[in-house]
Amino acid sequence: MKPLLRIVDLHKSFGTLEVLAGISIDVARGEKLSIIGPSGSGKTTLLRCINYLEKPTAGHIYVDDKLIGEKQVNGKFVHLSDRELAKERAEIGFVFQRFNLFPHLTALDNVSVAPRRVLGLEKRDAEERALAMLEKVGLAHKAGEYPERLSGGQQQRVAIARVLVMQPKLILLDEATSALDPELIGEVLKVIRELAEEGRTMIMVTHEIPFAEEISDRVIFMDDGKIVEEGPPHEIFSNPTHERTRVFLRQIIDR
Amino acid sequence: MPEFWIKMWEWWPEIFPVLLRATAMTVQVMIGALIVALILGMAVALMRISTFKLLRYPALFYTDVMRGTPALVQIFIIYFGLSDLGIEFDPVSAAIIGLGMNGAAYVGEIYRAGIEAIHRGQVEAALSLGMTPVRAMRYIILPQALRLMLPPLCNYAILLVKDTAIISTIAAPEIMFEARRLVQATFMYSISGQIYLICAGFYLALTLPLSQVAKRLEKAKERWR
Repeated sequence: MKPLLRIVDLHKSFGTLEVLAGISIDVARGEKLSIIGPSGSGKTTLLRCINYLEKPTAGHIYVDDKLIGEKQVNGKFVHLSDRELAKERAEIGFVFQRFNLFPHLTALDNVSVAPRRVLGLEKRDAEERALAMLEKVGLAHKAGEYPERLSGGQQQRVAIARVLVMQPKLILLDEATSALDPELIGEVLKVIRELAEEGRTMIMVTHEIPFAEEISDRVIFMDDGKIVEEGPPHEIFSNPTHERTRVFLRQIIDR
Repeated sequence: MPEFWIKMWEWWPEIFPVLLRATAMTVQVMIGALIVALILGMAVALMRISTFKLLRYPALFYTDVMRGTPALVQIFIIYFGLSDLGIEFDPVSAAIIGLGMNGAAYVGEIYRAGIEAIHRGQVEAALSLGMTPVRAMRYIILPQALRLMLPPLCNYAILLVKDTAIISTIAAPEIMFEARRLVQATFMYSISGQIYLICAGFYLALTLPLSQVAKRLEKAKERWR
């Protein structure tokens, strides 16, 4: 079967600093992939490259066989226009570490703004869909609240609803729980677990090892901008073959 | 002081209608210049935050020149300088254009600061949902930035009211111009100080409400943050 996401030899440098040094990954439809690794290993940058929040220095990304962020004209790769890029991004959901809810909009408007302004839905249709998504994350009763009145866990759940309402093919989660107080992590993981059970394609950058082990089909360990090793979660977590993976896991577990 | 009251008794039917009309003119120039500054300032700000050097550098140059030279000089160039080239403005139009173009540099900086104060994550979230940069600006960034911009814009409007006084030099019939004319025409040199005090009162009547609004907006901003 063709992969939903194909990343081919992706490189990214900031000035002279090489953050991604040739990453190639295939992700199947419905697969749940976790990316782990020490800070500075490039995992967040990789995720941000997938929806072109960062422009890769070299390499290509395909979703459903369609190039992301660029197109081929006479055999050459050229960058997409803002409008074309926006269309592609609408199909890829991104959950941020710091939620990035829009503080001037209510929870409901946070979720309905993209259906209205991107998909062009009528206000009522957009709000209906948005409310259904808030219900799904258990926050329909907070629809009228502004983000500042919500807890971190609730904010992240609204952010997930905001992603889901666009019916993305692929959901990227960038350390979705690491900005949360410990007692709020559970409610967000519960929502993510439900998404996994629905068979959505997800790529998570995470430090929640037990959670990653539970819901992932595959785990990738990154270091220094490269994939050090990858495999089924029980193999990576219980029986890593590389010394660097072992050191990293020991550090995380000893925390 | 008695001399002042005697003169006032004699001349107030002359003085106050003139100063009221001049105040209306001041308000007209101020609002005209404010509109020019608000619109032109938006163009300057958008150019300054652009990623294209071809847009960014001219805007930077404009801001530096406009802020680095006296508004009086700029207005003289527009009023006297352009008329030498055959482009003639009446004093009021020249004043509105001059103060407006000068204000665009300051207003542009207020806009830019407001936009740049919005966290980068806001744009990223908007883009990741499939908004174009233009839509992200319109629906996500500007509504937030506007609340930050309003208090300094209000302060700018206060400065603008006071800056209208310099256009008395090109005979635009605003408060200061009329006050000086009155002093000369009615031989009130001995009480000119009091006349200018009255002028100050007229300016205050315009600026005090504005500073009240500015204070309110400042408080509203804190509450929302």
